[in-house]
Amino acid sequence: MSSEDRSSEMSEDEERPPSSDPAAGVGGVKPPRSPSTVHGGDLPCSYISPNPDQVLENVLENVLCFLTSRRDRNAASLVCRSWYRAEALTRSDLFIGNCYAVSPGRVINRFKRVNSVAIKGKPRFADFSLLPADWGANFTPWVNSMAGAYRGLDKVYRGLEKVYLKRMSVADEDLAVLAHSFPNFKELVLVCCDGFGTNGLAIVASECRKIRVLDLIESELVEDEVDWISCFPQNGTCLESLIFDCVDSPINFEALERLVVKSPSLKKLRLNRQVTIVQLYRLIVRAPQLTHLGTGSFGPGEIVAQGEQEPDYVSAFAACKSLVCLSGFREINAHYLPAIVPVCANLTSLNLSYATISTEQLKSFIYHCHKLQTLWVLDSVCDEGLQAVAATCKDLHELRVFPIDPREDVEGPVSEVGLLAISEGCRKLQSILYFCQRMTNAAVVAMSKNCPDLVVFRLCIMGRHRPDHLTGEPMDEGFGAIVKNCKKLTRLAVSGLLTDKAFSYIGQYGKLVRTLSVAFAGDGDMSLKYLVEGCPNLQKLEIRDSPFGDLGLLAGLHHYYNMRFLWMSSCRVTRAGCSRIARQLPRLVVEVISSDDDGEGRDIGDYDDIEGRDVGDLVGTLYMYRSLDGPRADAPRFVNIL
Amino acid sequence: MGKAANYENELATELRLGLLGTDHHEPEKQSFPLSLVIKSNKRSSSEMDYNSSDKCEQDSAPPPKAQVVGWPPVRSYWRNALQQQKKTESDVSGMYVKVSMDGAPYLRKIDLRVYNNYPELLKALEAMFKCTIGVYSEREGYSGSDNAPTYEDKDGDWMLVGDVPWNMFVTSCRRLRIMKESEAKGLGCL
Repeated sequence: MSSEDRSSEMSEDEERPPSSDPAAGVGGVKPPRSPSTVHGGDLPCSYISPNPDQVLENVLENVLCFLTSRRDRNAASLVCRSWYRAEALTRSDLFIGNCYAVSPGRVINRFKRVNSVAIKGKPRFADFSLLPADWGANFTPWVNSMAGAYRGLDKVYRGLEKVYLKRMSVADEDLAVLAHSFPNFKELVLVCCDGFGTNGLAIVASECRKIRVLDLIESELVEDEVDWISCFPQNGTCLESLIFDCVDSPINFEALERLVVKSPSLKKLRLNRQVTIVQLYRLIVRAPQLTHLGTGSFGPGEIVAQGEQEPDYVSAFAACKSLVCLSGFREINAHYLPAIVPVCANLTSLNLSYATISTEQLKSFIYHCHKLQTLWVLDSVCDEGLQAVAATCKDLHELRVFPIDPREDVEGPVSEVGLLAISEGCRKLQSILYFCQRMTNAAVVAMSKNCPDLVVFRLCIMGRHRPDHLTGEPMDEGFGAIVKNCKKLTRLAVSGLLTDKAFSYIGQYGKLVRTLSVAFAGDGDMSLKYLVEGCPNLQKLEIRDSPFGDLGLLAGLHHYYNMRFLWMSSCRVTRAGCSRIARQLPRLVVEVISSDDDGEGRDIGDYDDIEGRDVGDLVGTLYMYRSLDGPRADAPRFVNIL
Repeated sequence: MGKAANYENELATELRLGLLGTDHHEPEKQSFPLSLVIKSNKRSSSEMDYNSSDKCEQDSAPPPKAQVVGWPPVRSYWRNALQQQKKTESDVSGMYVKVSMDGAPYLRKIDLRVYNNYPELLKALEAMFKCTIGVYSEREGYSGSDNAPTYEDKDGDWMLVGDVPWNMFVTSCRRLRIMKESEAKGLGCL
């Protein structure tokens, strides 16, 4: 079949480790790969007669069950046709890194017994309003296909238990289909999703009788204010995790209290900002077994009980002996901070990214947090706060410092001083995201040497094109040191004033880099050229507002089939350049959004032909990705697929 | 080169305006006024269109220059949540001001912190004094009724309600007075 022929070419590319596309393994027509398993007299697999093949497949199925990593499975599926079939029958966890790389139909045809599905939709820059609404990534065709399969003869996905979605648009109807079609449904995790509301949640709560996990993370809900908490079964649930801190609307607290009491397996509970600290108290005294707690507002709320005895928050927290992860603090009143001190010694993860606390307030408890591995904090704690972290949290693996004032030209409370302190105190650091207003190459270089285990380095100097504020130099040397010294680095985000030199460093040393984020950087096309020519593992490249043009773009032709996507917005690529890519790489979907378009569906075609506009016009946004199934049918009017 | 000039323009203008980021749902590059406690004397655009859901007829103050969408790269969801928090924090202590209306026998007192924006305040005043206040426009002041809300600011000057960003108003307003339109005419002009 022609589709198999096309994809066999792609599977060559999937040899490389970071393959996330399940269709990567398609290679049924390829001969056996590994020479060690082919003895001289053995038949090539395509010609094996039925019986031995069947035995082989049975054996294979049993063995392949032990393969869990999708990369291993992709590799196994490439061996020969029968391995391919056996693998397809035994893969239970589907991961689809780009919902448009493959169609639901194709997936369902190949993988018959699927337990869990993970799908990622929109590109990350959609989070920063760089993609108009209604761009796509709808869950509807996926859920309908999986449910439709249920109605077919095979009932293939009847056993579906888990769905994980990131940056997808999910409708309430989709949640209804989910609830109605899969009787064993257990886990729903929606990260950065939108399009659904409390209506959909109510359906899930009331109809998914076996639900264990309902996690809503950083998703934007339609505020239809349905009392979904009351929809859970009254006599008890098997809930283990309930995360709804991103739900803005008020909830029925009495119903929540009953729910918590009736859910003895509950380990993870993250409340929304509507829950006051008094209410929090009532919940945690009833659920001291919690391991993960999102505290809700951590403030008194509007109604402050006058003259009543304040609950003993300290004892309540002290009773939570299993608590390892704390978050929330959505409207923190620092008066209550001492309550968390009893649990600090056990905490491995602390998310204070909504808590505007000062240096002193941080110090009042951070010194107890010896076991902390993950810390998210606001820069209101200042460099001095970070120094306190560095002094105590020797086991820190991940740090994120967010800006309390995310503007460009203000005095920032953190700087290279904080970064340096962290690098000196937290030698085991693996992942850092650091927002600041000023930085120096020296601090970044120091971090590259002090923290050799760094896998993720994301530095955001908020002022565009800011140089090293002490030397006035570009930040090239700092980032160069990071790629050079951090041998395990796979994810990098750069900022500040950067010349082509920085990118030549990345191309030269960043051999393991898979994800790269560039904004307002570089001198010209050479920068992009260095990247696409130098980084063989580059999977996700997102660039905005940088002077990269067609020359750089075309330099990567050899590599684009290996990538999950390339995003370039407000750069200098032209329509002609993009068209050329589309012509030369037919299995790439090249989406272009005109810079003139305001997302309201003006006809792009009008600009180019009829009004005699220059076809060398700069494109506003280029988003391109490999796909087995060609251009998508649901592209909105403002998206032009070349 | 063109691009250098563009970047320079952006650099030149970026210092003038501190308001960045945009509403998550709007594809246009619109500013999203931030209310912050920092001693910034930057001019903010009018807050009458702060809530996109409110119906506001007049144009805002001159549009912000060189807005950069989505920069710095913080998720709009998180940015909104933090902003909401700042609003709530300021609610903790009340901010009571006297309100007088021309012709009314006695004054009232209201807590400015209870309101989030001008439309809410004006609605409350209308209800309290059983009057209509009309529609605000930057050029015409309040039209459509006899009454115009004014306030005395920190400097002792009488100002028309609605000209400055909401948060600036809340912190600088010392007392309110609902004037008869005829008297307020003098305040409404440039």
